[in-house]
Amino acid sequence: MSAPTTLFEKVWNDHVVREDAGTPAMLYVDLHLVHEVTSPQAFDGLRARGIRVRRPDRTFATMDHSTPTLPRKLAVLDPQAEAQLRKLKENCAEFGIPLYDLDSAEQGIVHVIGPELGVTQPGRTVVCGDSHTSTHGAFGALAFGIGTSEVEHVLATQCLLQRKPKTLEVRVDGALQRGVGAKDIILALIAKIGTGGATGHVIEYRGTAIDALDMEARMTICNMSIEAGARAGMIAPSETTFEWLEGRRFAPKGDAWTAAVARWRTLKTDDGAKFDAHVTLDASALEPIVTYGTNPGMGIPISGRVPGPDAAGTAADRAALGKALDYMGLTSGAPIAGQRVDVVFIGSCTNSRIGDLRAAASILRGRKVASGVRVLVVPGSKSVKAQAEAEGLDVVFRDAGAEWREAGCSMCIAMNGDQLSPGQYAVSTSNRNFEGRQGRGGRTFLASPLTAAAAAVAGRVVDPRTMMGGAS
Amino acid sequence: MTVEARTPFTTLESTYVVLPADNVDTDQIIPARFLKVTDKRGLGTSVFADWRLRPDGTPNPDFPLNRPDAAGAHVLVAGVNFGCGSSREHAPWALVGWGLRAIVAPSFADIFKQNAMKNGLLPVEVDPEVHARIVEARHADPKARLTIDLHTQTVGIVGIAGGQSTRFEIDPFAKECLLNGVDELGYLLDRAADIERYEAKHP
Repeated sequence: MSAPTTLFEKVWNDHVVREDAGTPAMLYVDLHLVHEVTSPQAFDGLRARGIRVRRPDRTFATMDHSTPTLPRKLAVLDPQAEAQLRKLKENCAEFGIPLYDLDSAEQGIVHVIGPELGVTQPGRTVVCGDSHTSTHGAFGALAFGIGTSEVEHVLATQCLLQRKPKTLEVRVDGALQRGVGAKDIILALIAKIGTGGATGHVIEYRGTAIDALDMEARMTICNMSIEAGARAGMIAPSETTFEWLEGRRFAPKGDAWTAAVARWRTLKTDDGAKFDAHVTLDASALEPIVTYGTNPGMGIPISGRVPGPDAAGTAADRAALGKALDYMGLTSGAPIAGQRVDVVFIGSCTNSRIGDLRAAASILRGRKVASGVRVLVVPGSKSVKAQAEAEGLDVVFRDAGAEWREAGCSMCIAMNGDQLSPGQYAVSTSNRNFEGRQGRGGRTFLASPLTAAAAAVAGRVVDPRTMMGGAS
Repeated sequence: MTVEARTPFTTLESTYVVLPADNVDTDQIIPARFLKVTDKRGLGTSVFADWRLRPDGTPNPDFPLNRPDAAGAHVLVAGVNFGCGSSREHAPWALVGWGLRAIVAPSFADIFKQNAMKNGLLPVEVDPEVHARIVEARHADPKARLTIDLHTQTVGIVGIAGGQSTRFEIDPFAKECLLNGVDELGYLLDRAADIERYEAKHP
C-alpha cells in the first residue's frame, strides 16, 4: 500500500514530467485556456523564436474581457480593444487554435465556457492567463492562473516549471440556512483567513456543506480561492460532477465515458492523508455576507456593522481599515444594511451561470428595480443567455427594469465600457472590490446574486431573506 | 530607465521609496483599463495610475513615487501580500517600465512573485522587524540607500555598520535564472524529449 495522498497530490503526481533535484517540477498541462488580454505578448514571443504551439488541440481560446455587452452589431468598440480582439483572431488562425469568438454560439467568459464545453474534466491540469482559473477546480481539476510568460511556456511546451505548493483543508460542515449560498461561504472564509491566508497553498474544500452544493455553487467557491491567496482550490468529483458533465460536447462518450468515470471516482483524498494546514467553517451559522471595504477579506454578515478601528489588530491593520472606509465613504459602527446603492451588477465568472440568474430572478420576479438604480444582468456565456431566455428570465429582468446584456466579463473588470462613475456604490456578484476595480472611484459591495437582486429592489443593501417567497 | 525581460540581476544599490500599504493589489499597480494593449513595453507611465495621478491627470504630490526624493530610486518598499489579485504580468512590466528593479515586502502574492522574477524584478521578502527598520531608516533620511546582493541573498541599509545586513530567502532555481539571465522557456525546450515521453504515455 502506498502512503495516503490528498486529491491535490494525486493530480500533481500524475502530471510531473520530470523533476530534478533543486529545480522545480516540469508539470504537464492538459488544458490551456486563452483570452485576448494576457496572450498577445506570448504569441509574439513564439514568433520571435520561430516556434509553433505544441498542442493546439489542448488549447481553447475565447474573447471575454474587453468585449462589449451591448448587442454586438451596434457596438462601437474602442480601437484598442478592437485591435486586441483582432490580434487574438489572427494568432488563433496562425497557430491553429480553436477560437470561440463573438460570432460563436458558445462564446463567453473563459471560466464559464470551459466547463460548459466539457473540456474542464476531473483530474486534469488546467491553466489560463487569468487568476480565476481556480474556478475549474470545482471538477477536481488542478487549475490555476499564470502570467503571460508562462502562457508562452505552455503554448510552446505544454509544460510549466512549478514548485509543489502546500495543501490547506477547508472543511465546511452543516446545512446552509435558506437564502445563504456558496458566495456567502467563500466570502466568510476569506473574511476569516484574509486575502493572504492561503498564499502558497492549494485549497481542498470538503465537508457536508460542500458535498451538498451543485456544480455551479462549487465553481463559485473555487473561483474565489485566489482572493484568499491560493492559486488553486479543488473539490473532489462526485456523482454531482459526473451528472453535470455527461453529454457535454467534449466530455468522453460511450465506453470512454464509463472508463473516465471509473477513473474519476479514485480522485479523492485518502483517509489519513495529511494536509499542511486546516480551517473549518460552520455553514449552519452563516448569514448572507457583504463586503464593506476594498479587499475581498473585508466581509461581514448582512446584519453586521462596519468595523471600527478597535476591531483591527496592528497599527497597519488600523491604517488599512481607515483608508478603506475613507475610500468607501463609510462610517465605523454603521449598519451595512441600509447603505445606498446606485448600481447592481449580476455577472462575472463568479456568479453568471444559470443558477445565479435563476436566484436573482426569484427576487426580481414581479418586483421593480428601485428608482434611480441601474441594474446590469450579464450572462456568463451565450449558452447561459440562451438557456435564461428559454426560461423567460430575460423577461423577468427587463420587466423589473434591469438591462439584459450579452455575455462577457463586463463590469467585473470594467475594461469594456461597463463601469461605475466616481463615487457610485455597487452591489456586485463579482469577486473583487479593490479600489477602482469597477471603474475609477467606484465603490463595490461584493455579495451573492440573491443579495444583489434584493439591493436592486430596495435601492440599498438589504437582507435578501426579507424578499424571499415572491413579491407581495 | 527601461529594463527588458531577462535582464540579469546581481547586485543593486539604490535609494528607495516606501509605499506604506498592505495588500497592494494588481489593480492598483496597473488598472485594468491599461491592459488593452498587445505589447509589454510602454506600461511604466501607467504604474499606480489611480494613486499616482489625480483624476485630471496631474501628479498627486502626496504619492510616494511623486515626491522629489523618489527620483532615481530603483527599489520600492511596501507592506504584506504585495501584488495580490489578478495574474496580469502587466504589473511587473509597469513596475520595471517605471525603473524599479526590486520590491521589498514582508510577503508577496504567489502569481505576482513568479511574474516579477521572470522580468528581472527581484522580490525581496524580509521579516517584519527588518521591514520596519528599513522603513524607519528612510523616514530618518530620505537619501538612505539599500544594498541588495542576490549572490549572498542579503539586503542591508548602506551606512549602517556591519551586522545589519540580513539574509532573504528566494527559490534557488529562480535565483540562478535571475543571476544569469536564464530564460525558463529555453530550459523547457531543451527537455522536449521528456515531454514526448510523457505524451506517449498519456495520450
